[in-house]
Amino acid sequence: MSLRRFILKRILAIIPILFGVSVITFALVHLTPGDPIDQVVGLNPDITASEEAQLRARYGLDGPVWQQYLTWIENVLRGDFGTVISNGRSVSAVVLARLPETIALGLFGWAFALIIAIPTGIYAAVNKDQFGDTVSRFIALSGISIPNFWLGLILILVMALWLDLWPVLAPNRLPLYHPDMLWFLILPGVTIGTAAAASIMRVMRTSMAEEMNKEYVTAARAKGLPERQVVLKHVLRNSLISVVTLAATLTAGIVSGSVVVEVVFNWPGLGREFIDAINGREINMIMAITLFTGVFIILANLVADILYAVLDPRIRYD
Amino acid sequence: MTDTRNISHGRGRIQITGFDPERVTEREPLSDWTEDTQTGTQSRWRRGFKRFIRNRSAVLGVVIVVVMSLLAIFSRPIEVAGVMVQPFAIAPYDPTTILYLEDPAVSVYDPPSWDHPMGIDGRGRDLFSRVLFGGRYSLSIGFVVVSLTASVGLVYGGISGYYGGWVDEIMMRIVDTIYAFPGLILALIIVAILGGGYWQLVLAFSLFGWNGYARVVRGEVLKIKQNEYVLAAKALGARDRSVIFRHIIPNAMPPLLVLASLSIGTVVIGVAALGFLGLGMDSGTAEWGTMLDATRETLIQGPEGQIPWWATIYPGMAIFIFVMSMNMIGDGVNDALDAQETGAGEGAGGV
Repeated sequence: MSLRRFILKRILAIIPILFGVSVITFALVHLTPGDPIDQVVGLNPDITASEEAQLRARYGLDGPVWQQYLTWIENVLRGDFGTVISNGRSVSAVVLARLPETIALGLFGWAFALIIAIPTGIYAAVNKDQFGDTVSRFIALSGISIPNFWLGLILILVMALWLDLWPVLAPNRLPLYHPDMLWFLILPGVTIGTAAAASIMRVMRTSMAEEMNKEYVTAARAKGLPERQVVLKHVLRNSLISVVTLAATLTAGIVSGSVVVEVVFNWPGLGREFIDAINGREINMIMAITLFTGVFIILANLVADILYAVLDPRIRYD
Repeated sequence: MTDTRNISHGRGRIQITGFDPERVTEREPLSDWTEDTQTGTQSRWRRGFKRFIRNRSAVLGVVIVVVMSLLAIFSRPIEVAGVMVQPFAIAPYDPTTILYLEDPAVSVYDPPSWDHPMGIDGRGRDLFSRVLFGGRYSLSIGFVVVSLTASVGLVYGGISGYYGGWVDEIMMRIVDTIYAFPGLILALIIVAILGGGYWQLVLAFSLFGWNGYARVVRGEVLKIKQNEYVLAAKALGARDRSVIFRHIIPNAMPPLLVLASLSIGTVVIGVAALGFLGLGMDSGTAEWGTMLDATRETLIQGPEGQIPWWATIYPGMAIFIFVMSMNMIGDGVNDALDAQETGAGEGAGGV
């Protein structure tokens, strides 16, 4: 199968999944007893029954559920996610405003994970079962076991309160592209990237150790290549494939990690917006962020699959 | 090394031991062949168990998990319908007693001392007692959720993989759809719908949590189906049910067990994360995540200008140590059952 056909097949396969994701998003949120109109009515006892019905009609909350779904999905496809009911702002505008903050955090987390994990993974595999390997395995195990919100709190406690390296609260928020913001990105970025770093380290170590036993490594050594070149050129390239297969899972981890980490560090991204939306029962916002997350992860999976097929041509022939 | 093991113990392979009875009369000394008295399945489990107990870090993990569970159970007496089931109390105080009401020497936020080894939690309650007691929520939710989801996933994946065809196609599209959402996001929405509480949390993590197991079991069943012994069983006229329960399920268990043992930690972190976000148990509950949430506001500065580090360190440390031990057990199970090639052990991480 050519690469182009493989990609086309994968893209066609995600269409039903996208539909399913939109149904789950809608169904989950609409199972909620009490919609925002009930809240508005609860706050203003003067609203009459007819005014309440008018409000419902205005926000499209009066028809049968499937009709509401069709209206919603039609609007979503046009890029209209409705309004934030409590303040009347457009949901898409809020999402677009918050998105760069979360993307910056996620990218920093990914970069941190790769920078830490790949050299450590190589080191551990080359020195398998030696002291350094044991230590790095212990650190990796701690990394996947530590709850990210607690890690964030500990970093605040140690770095900001005891060592006084960071102000506990960023003084006044500068725009994201300001170079000073990089400093404030470090603590939340490290918090969000730790679990991914630890997972990559573990996978790198296992897959590299496995690759080292293969015949092509013996062949490379036999023809007199220096060990450094054998490891960094031949073995590393093949074991990075297993990191690619993990990439989509790790991205999902970073997305859900951002919810918690943004709350810990008071970072104004989508994750914190999501928690606010849940507390305020902003159904339009909850649906928008949930759908966005689902679609994003599907796309991440697609990219990982394609990348995998490019790196390892055998996969296309299954 | 792997190769030789697969040849001598590979399940479902036809084994040929090389000797020619015409020429060799004494075969025993020529090979290390010994008679296998057990059936394949039993000896695999026994071999796995032996390998597991030789793994020091896995055994340490078991010890820590057992100790933490016992501490949680015996922290305060348990009464069921007025009958005292468990009369012991390791924790010196009730986790909800506000101490300064009874003892004026205690204030709201005392640092650790001899009387209160982990200090006072910020609401005048003994933190040590709360951390011990808190294990009841996290640990029991973790084990309940994993047993529920693993069972559902086993059945779902088993059906999907065994019947194949369009049944498999539809069932796996559903799994793929659920897979597009991180578990924590789904749990957050469910808790937002149902409200917090013990069984709500169990449901929040169970409703969609089976889907990872379903995937792994299906993949394993597809592989097992190809084996000759399944064909042989069918040829001998075995019913679907007996093929599934006697041949397929026992052989699909190792990767399921690996995934389950690695998932308990993930669920426990998830429960604590919801607690930390204020969406788990009621705010006064001695659940580890909820305790961290309660002290978050005052982490920066407690009363009298001191930093109340103890209220943040200890509950989180309890989560960390438990999850770490669970992961050590999971790694041990993974090595012992040699399930690495299924990939079940990969990608288990913090929330």
